Amino acid sequence: MNGLQANLRSTVSTSRAVIALVSIGIAASVATAAPPAPTDVEAQDVAGDGGGSALVRWTAPAEAEGITGYQVWRSETAKETGDRDATERADALAAAETEAFENEQRRLVDVEGLSPEAAAPRSRAVARQAAISLARDPAALTVTETGPHDTHWILVDTVSPAEGSLEVSKLDPDSSYTFIVYSVAPGPDGRPERSEASAPSGPVIPAAAVLNLFRLPLLIILLALCGVVLLFILLARRGMPLKIRTIAGLAAVDEAVGRATEMGRPMLYINGIQDMDDLQTVAGVTVLGRVAKTAAEYDARIEVPTSRSLVMSAARETVQASYLTAGRSDSYNPDLIYYVTDEQFGFTAYVSGLIVRDRPAACFYMGAFFAESLILAETGNSVGAIQIAGTAMPSQLPFFVAACDYTLIGEEFFAASAYLSGQPDQLGSLKGQDLGKILVGVALIVLVTLATIAAITGSTEIESMVSFIKTVILGG
Amino acid sequence: MLKRNVPLLITALVGVFLIVANFFPSLSAMSEDFTVFFGIIAAMAFVLGGGSLLKVHLKKISDRNAGWAFSLIVLGTFAITLAVGLLKIGVPPNPTFPDKPWSGSVNADGTAFEWIYEYALKPLSATMFAMLAFYIASAAFRAFRAKNIEAILLLGTAFIILLGRTFAGYYLTSWIPIDGPFSGLRIEELSVYIMQVFNTAGSRAIIIGIALGIASTSLKILMGLDRSYLGGGN
Repeated sequence: MNGLQANLRSTVSTSRAVIALVSIGIAASVATAAPPAPTDVEAQDVAGDGGGSALVRWTAPAEAEGITGYQVWRSETAKETGDRDATERADALAAAETEAFENEQRRLVDVEGLSPEAAAPRSRAVARQAAISLARDPAALTVTETGPHDTHWILVDTVSPAEGSLEVSKLDPDSSYTFIVYSVAPGPDGRPERSEASAPSGPVIPAAAVLNLFRLPLLIILLALCGVVLLFILLARRGMPLKIRTIAGLAAVDEAVGRATEMGRPMLYINGIQDMDDLQTVAGVTVLGRVAKTAAEYDARIEVPTSRSLVMSAARETVQASYLTAGRSDSYNPDLIYYVTDEQFGFTAYVSGLIVRDRPAACFYMGAFFAESLILAETGNSVGAIQIAGTAMPSQLPFFVAACDYTLIGEEFFAASAYLSGQPDQLGSLKGQDLGKILVGVALIVLVTLATIAAITGSTEIESMVSFIKTVILGG
Repeated sequence: MLKRNVPLLITALVGVFLIVANFFPSLSAMSEDFTVFFGIIAAMAFVLGGGSLLKVHLKKISDRNAGWAFSLIVLGTFAITLAVGLLKIGVPPNPTFPDKPWSGSVNADGTAFEWIYEYALKPLSATMFAMLAFYIASAAFRAFRAKNIEAILLLGTAFIILLGRTFAGYYLTSWIPIDGPFSGLRIEELSVYIMQVFNTAGSRAIIIGIALGIASTSLKILMGLDRSYLGGGN
């Protein structure tokens, strides 16, 4: 027995020695084939930002010849690890359940002679039980092995060999990260081959600064534009005469309501398909107030189907106030302002059907619209309704222009509130907006001129200036 | 008075806070909370919306208005979908928790809710969307009538763009050498040029106007100058 044990020990130790030699041989061959890894990997938080960015630096290896790039990897956060574990666990359970189902189904059909349909419920029960048993034994579920330095790593980016640093963004500002870098070079067979992982960087938390300095240019632009608007509001209050051009679409509201009254047919008002957190919807509710007031004065019927409950509530308030202002509060009927559905094409189908059945004399489309814009406007056109639309969705404007009688284009739509109120404060804001437009125009001309000069002369100074304005000032 | 001033105050405070939070990252988490508040308010309003839906369609059925049968279908499908979703009919347990029968998602593959979505709602939506092609044709027919110089220019441009997106356009000018000095006159190149230069310039001008309009309107709402969204001007 002792002799057998001794023999066994001798065989095991010989095997270990052989394995060790083979491993050393493999390691040696790998070491000769793989490119050298970068050194001195450091990571630091980007100062003055909004959080979530870190700068990773490394030193190229001494023998950097042949290196075609560097791969930067970051460590997983605790949340990412938890999510990955949960996904792997769910996948493993689902795979076990499928396997158990197939085995049991095969046994029942092949051995017990059941039909597949009859066997399926029993197979499902067995499979479910197998999954339950596995779920109760977490040790039975294997998770992905860790990478270098006993950590899970996520690839961030691959950069060119000329780079020695990379700014990594979209990180969690509250989590700690470490980074490793690999060199990449073509292997003996020409395929890209990676070095061993570098030593990990020190931990870094990409924390947010108190004030995001990268957004300062945006703050300055915002203050300048708001300042101009406020200035004109103040000037208007002091009696500065203001002239606003006629907006045909808004001037036509009275005509449309009058036509509906004469024809004895209802009017339809669609406030877009977005919720009250979209400014276009708010602007649409503003125009609704004016249309409803005119409708109340003419005693015309206005119907407002909405695709959002909150818009229905706001529209009811607005229309009620308009009827009250017109002295016709007794004519206000809240049931004419109602919710249909949030579903885009469900709403479109309802409104199209309504237009065809009720044949409204006037249709108003004011708000945010998508693909349904043309379906609604063409249906309205087909029943001969006078149609007025207003939206700030550039892709839908051509459809409204083609199918409606009047269209409020973008800024005209937002100007509606001021235009309709006629108050000096609001008209002043429109003038301020115009001056803001001039400022933007001047900035555009200057930048385009600079970019053109840079392209013609090849001046790197001007090019970097344009790049700075584009990425830092306008991109903050 | 309170009914008007309290919402104005809330609007101003929340609006200013959200602008400030854009520049102070430590406040951004709180600004995200306001988005959650909006979701809660919208969910409350959904009860009103559901009530309105029931009221309108029940009234239509009761009055036997034109199309009352459609209202019956609306209410029927509404009730079925609601029941299927709330009772989680045909929902298998979540694979991670196979011993918890109600742990699965109603949107999981093979559930009754998913079936309704996949085989009823999606085809119906796709049908409505597909009809857009015919509406585009009828609108284009009207818009491209060559009534004046502008309309002729529009028609010509549209013709080039449409041809440039088809093989016919490519075939018509394929005799122009692709690497020659006149390659820009090939219809597919002209089409790209028109879209990238003229179309982009026009749409960006509109977008700049819209951005300024949004900024100005937001400012008016924050300052309480524009109160029309609360129902009436003053």
